[in-house]
Amino acid sequence: MSSNITINPSSLNINDLPWQIKWDKDRCTLCGQCTSICPVQAIELQVFRKRNIKTSINPNEQNTTDYQTFYGIKQKKNIENLCIGCSMCSMVCPNEAIYPLRNNDTDRFKFHADKNGEPRKRGGRRNASDSVLDRIKFIRISMLTDPALDAGRHEFELNTLLGRVLPPEENIKCLRKHGWIPPVREIYPLIIGGMSFGALSPTMWEGLQMGVAYLNEELGMPVRISTGEGGCPPRLLRSRFLKYVILQIASGYFGWDEIIHSIPHMKEDPCAIEIKYGQGAKPGDGGLLMWYKVNKLIAAIRGVPQGISLPSPPTHQTQYSIEESVAKMILSMSMAFGFRVPVYPKISASSTSLAVLNNLARNDFAAGLSIDGEDGGTGAAYAVSMDHMGHPIASCIRDNYLNLVKLGKQNEIPLFAGGGVGKNGNLAANAAALIMLGASGIQVGKYVMQSAAGCLGTENDRCNVCNLGVCPKGITSQDPRLYRRLDPEDVAQRIVDLFVSFDTELKKIVAPLGRSTSLPIGMSDALGINDYNAAERLKIRYVV
Amino acid sequence: MCRLFALSSKEPVSPMAAIKALDVMKEGHDGSGVGILLRDLGGPFENMKDAPILSGIFSEQGMRRLDLFMMDQGFMTKYKMSIKPSKTEVPGVPKRGMYLIRAYEYPETWENLAKDEIETRLMMTRLKIREMGEEKKDMIVFSFWPDTIMIKEIGDPMLIARYLGLDRDELAARVIMAQGRQNTNYAINLYACHPFLIQGFSTMTNGENTAFIPIKDFLLSRNFPGYSGYQSDSEVFAHILHYTMEILGLGLDVYKHVITPLQDKAIDKHPDSLFLKHLKTTCRQMIIDGPNCVIGTLPDNTLFMVQDRKKLRPGVVGGRPGMFAFSSEICGLDAVIPDRDKTRDIQPMHLDTAIVSPDRQEVKICRQT
Repeated sequence: MSSNITINPSSLNINDLPWQIKWDKDRCTLCGQCTSICPVQAIELQVFRKRNIKTSINPNEQNTTDYQTFYGIKQKKNIENLCIGCSMCSMVCPNEAIYPLRNNDTDRFKFHADKNGEPRKRGGRRNASDSVLDRIKFIRISMLTDPALDAGRHEFELNTLLGRVLPPEENIKCLRKHGWIPPVREIYPLIIGGMSFGALSPTMWEGLQMGVAYLNEELGMPVRISTGEGGCPPRLLRSRFLKYVILQIASGYFGWDEIIHSIPHMKEDPCAIEIKYGQGAKPGDGGLLMWYKVNKLIAAIRGVPQGISLPSPPTHQTQYSIEESVAKMILSMSMAFGFRVPVYPKISASSTSLAVLNNLARNDFAAGLSIDGEDGGTGAAYAVSMDHMGHPIASCIRDNYLNLVKLGKQNEIPLFAGGGVGKNGNLAANAAALIMLGASGIQVGKYVMQSAAGCLGTENDRCNVCNLGVCPKGITSQDPRLYRRLDPEDVAQRIVDLFVSFDTELKKIVAPLGRSTSLPIGMSDALGINDYNAAERLKIRYVV
Repeated sequence: MCRLFALSSKEPVSPMAAIKALDVMKEGHDGSGVGILLRDLGGPFENMKDAPILSGIFSEQGMRRLDLFMMDQGFMTKYKMSIKPSKTEVPGVPKRGMYLIRAYEYPETWENLAKDEIETRLMMTRLKIREMGEEKKDMIVFSFWPDTIMIKEIGDPMLIARYLGLDRDELAARVIMAQGRQNTNYAINLYACHPFLIQGFSTMTNGENTAFIPIKDFLLSRNFPGYSGYQSDSEVFAHILHYTMEILGLGLDVYKHVITPLQDKAIDKHPDSLFLKHLKTTCRQMIIDGPNCVIGTLPDNTLFMVQDRKKLRPGVVGGRPGMFAFSSEICGLDAVIPDRDKTRDIQPMHLDTAIVSPDRQEVKICRQT
């Protein structure tokens, strides 16, 4: 490139990019695997020209120059082909000749990621590795005053409840008079949160469902999975495995034609109905399935034409107020399933969540409240929503729980927390902290993708191309060439690994606290944190 | 670890019997405090079964305030027993005012009140006296209930008993509960000492309730004024018992199902599985955890013992028709009822509720399954 090239405002050099490709000429065999697997075509085969100058110490000999050409790998510097750091190149390289390196300098590309006036969109997460949950410690250890329990050998009862629980007095009255008692499900406290068929590939979805079925039927763990907003394959709707599934309805109502038509053919009731009003990763924004991923199958299940983007509205268009949302929507869904299925809303964590909770508290059909914090994941969203909108989950769940305690309804409306649980790999510790802050159960999505399917995303803006349908692991792609990389059987196996090891870790946390007879919901005396303000805010102990 | 002893006898016995039992179990507690509950009283209280009896510790000023308050309410003293501690100080026992046991006549205005209303008012009166006492630090009230005396103090049980003269003839009861305290907290608040009493339901515990905070939160949010205090994590056992039987109207056999419910597989096999399933769900917030042996009495003077789900604390029941005792250790039982058939001693296990009803003829074991 000559020194008098045209430089435009968005001309970037390698140092402006968040990920830089390191390529070793000596080790490269020029097999071309890296360039073909790169999901964003960030690298290409290039011909390099090199000038060799030969000089001699003999004054009679002339210095000579010759030119050598060689083939190699070059990184593109335009925004569209920015390296995303997924490291697939490194994964397929037979000689470990190539890998991306995180550039710790400011990402100058951010200033230019708005070509044609279109702000950056991505999948993934908030990209912030800080976590209050990681800083919470479990400090009430059973030492001599009471024996610590044996996580490996004692019996533990760690299941939780999903559904509206009546006050004991009322329940006894209803039992005696054969009155209606709201349906309550006893489930495992770790729930696979809503990731839609569409956002996820068919192989990923199948793997998740198989893993959940195995956990239930072979290991007796009542694990439940939410469908996300995208409907549910008809075969699953008509199968006995539906009881392990929480059907989600959101503002786009995608897939609900199929679900409603399947109701008369259902062999089992679904576990619950989740009405999604918000998502922690992009609060106030509807779901988004970009056109790349809307293929024939997805279009059929969702009841839409192929190849168009599917942005769900930010709110349910048929509802104009919280009263309608709570009273009408919950009641309609309850009625559709004969009042045999718990129906609960899922909202993004917000400083207004208490108002939602108080409305639910007065509605006997509300089966719980799921709150999704800012660190939740998404298949596609504007970067600004992901990075700057939202409320952390810890203080939100605590406020809501303490509000229920004030109302005396802490056992009546279970709270489910999600959003960044296990974002740094500490799944059981984060989940236990949220439970002791007041959550009845935990929803996880990203962790499941990372653990069960090898999602490459991290909190360092790595990969995050779930929105484009080019997922290099085939987790969030609808392209058969990509999703065939993912074997559903392997995903199922990893789901089982994940839940079984989570269970052991959860026991390893609650056993030393002297708890085993019930899930320690609201056991805040067990928690401490080395940040005075956080301790005050969460009403837990300050420890240094 | 604290030590517990309780007895139920056809004939009234002196509280010294229980103190003796605690004394022989002394290796198991450090003598840092004792609490005694006497019910179904003998002696001078024999003929005033319905009269509410106030037990507590009062300074001179507190006594004056108490008298004024009780007169204002319309209560007339019917009988009083003041325990003035001996002048010689006992090491470890703080110097306090008068240990008062006083039976009252009900106010005339209460005459036509329903039983429930009287019981509520008695509880509210106790709570008011406690509140007044906490304000000026001049009154400590342990109980205000018919046919019930309660004494609590810090120190070695035997030394305290002698110091307070608990061997006096006037003190005798058919049901006695006593706890010898193992101090885990140097700044002992007497309100944290067992046994705990609420409207005739009383429990004492040898243990550690690790689920205390959620249970406390639940009980506090029931809007029942008596569900308060909670200086001890064990106070909730008495309140759960009260809640189960008084508020929910269920039997003693259900208490264990509330605090340590069966696991689901066992519930499914139970003949009353539907009820138990619902009970477990709705009373989830009252499930206890940790090692606990709970001994309690009911308003009808039934005595019982339950263990935690894993049976992590000792407890033995034995005796003969007419007199049965519950003890943390067999030596405690031997000290009080040596002439029993020891082969019939029972150590209640994780599913059992051991019950001695007021006829004192046998020990019934009620298994959760």
